[in-house]
Amino acid sequence: MNPFWTALAIKLGVATVLLLGASTLLFIISWAERKQSALIQDRIGANRAKLFGVRAWGLWHNLADTLKLILKEDYVPPTGDKFLHTLAPFLAMFCALASFAVIPYGPTMTLFGQSFDLQVAPLNVGLLFVFAIMSIGIYGFVLAGYASNNNYAFLGGLRAASQMISYEVTMGATIVGLLLCYNTLDLQQMVVQQGELLWGWLPAWGLVLQPIGFFLFLAAGTAETKRTPFDLPEGESEIIGYYVEYSGMKYGMFFSADLIESMVIAALAVTLFLGGWQVPFLAASGVVLPGGASWELPHLLVVLLQVGAFAFKLVLLSWILMTVRWTLPRFRYDQLMKLGWTFLLPISLVNILVTGAWIVLF
Amino acid sequence: MAFVVTRRELTWWENLYIGEIIRGVWITSRHFLVNLTRHAAHAVGLMKDKRAMVTYQYPEERRPMSPRKRTRHRLTKRADGSPRCVACMMCETVCPARCIYILAKEVDNPNIEKAPERFDIDLGKCVFCGYCVEACPEDAIRMDTGILELGALSRQGMMLDMETMLASSPTPQSDLLTRRSA
Repeated sequence: MNPFWTALAIKLGVATVLLLGASTLLFIISWAERKQSALIQDRIGANRAKLFGVRAWGLWHNLADTLKLILKEDYVPPTGDKFLHTLAPFLAMFCALASFAVIPYGPTMTLFGQSFDLQVAPLNVGLLFVFAIMSIGIYGFVLAGYASNNNYAFLGGLRAASQMISYEVTMGATIVGLLLCYNTLDLQQMVVQQGELLWGWLPAWGLVLQPIGFFLFLAAGTAETKRTPFDLPEGESEIIGYYVEYSGMKYGMFFSADLIESMVIAALAVTLFLGGWQVPFLAASGVVLPGGASWELPHLLVVLLQVGAFAFKLVLLSWILMTVRWTLPRFRYDQLMKLGWTFLLPISLVNILVTGAWIVLF
Repeated sequence: MAFVVTRRELTWWENLYIGEIIRGVWITSRHFLVNLTRHAAHAVGLMKDKRAMVTYQYPEERRPMSPRKRTRHRLTKRADGSPRCVACMMCETVCPARCIYILAKEVDNPNIEKAPERFDIDLGKCVFCGYCVEACPEDAIRMDTGILELGALSRQGMMLDMETMLASSPTPQSDLLTRRSA
């Protein structure tokens, strides 16, 4: 077969798996978030939607909500900018999904004699790509505020812009320490390097190499995705955010863009700090224990285990972020800026310094 | 009265956030785990006496009512089945919402001066203050039917007539809040 078509088929397959996985995860996570918040607050949560006589603990509510959002009137404020108003949610959604392209969700896989990475876009500047795309994503939220021609939405958009830009600085500075350790921007390479063992027994995960960086990244990442306690740009219940003037599926797109973005941050944190698809002591050939004992496993099973490990870590981290979301109250805006610029940024700079000194000295 | 709210200074540890965040996450996780365990136990029929949530699944499950809760009105009857009401207009006079309309008639019984010909309450106006019950010298009107769903599709539908009120009965004991279930 023509190598071009083979390559295209492989890429399409890999992308389809990612898209299906991501949307399933989105579906389940939005359900889990509702149920989790309900249980935390001693409620029961949405449980009325019924499909074929099965309630499935409210799992169908996402379907019902999607249907409702699609059927709802799509209102564009008459004084707003119609084109930008429509563009904004698409931009937000696109940027959220596109960042997933460079996240490796599995190792290099060999199937029918073809060898390929389980990663849609094996870029050697993958990390920069994610950051670039997320920065473009800010435009979606700013445009939403601007095009609505509503002062509340406009202020919400401004808050979104300044918050995301402020925390992107911290996030970038946090990553530098990691780059010093890995010497690469390729996410797949980073994950491969995290498969090595420190002192013969400790997996060299980013969490071990950069423990402070991990927590800084999580905090900045939560702020970046505008989730509670950093949800000032939205603040749907009282301060009102950039999507006041949105209804129907356009609102739904902002909502899911938010969820996908938080999944991207979780996936990125897993890739950078929690060993990506690596399972401790599982090499490409099978289980290799520190003592030297090894146990052969078929290639497909290893790949499956590793993809499963990635999904498991992703869900676990999203879970932790969601628990934090339902625990902490929202920051005040000055507190948010103070936390970002006078607390997280200096710590991340010191982190770079210490990491650099460590690498030069040892 | 004005009073001074004394706010405690945060300690160094509390200002660091991290410990407090972990404490908060522990509290929310504990709620989550306890409730999840109880839901799972309920599903297999265990721990039925421990509630997993504070909410009620309304149409199927009703919250017990306090015995003194004011619900839709009813008119009490004499032993012979005639209304206890003597059409004295006390309730109509005291009603702050002016939702009671009484039309009196004469009766043959020399011990009873009057009786209501009609006794209508406009539930669309009623504020459920219970003054009519307090004002009544004959204990003829009570608000203890336990009926809360009073919606209607028209204003006329909100009118409550004497026959309906006479036919109503008090809240069943099972719907009332007992001291044990409180």
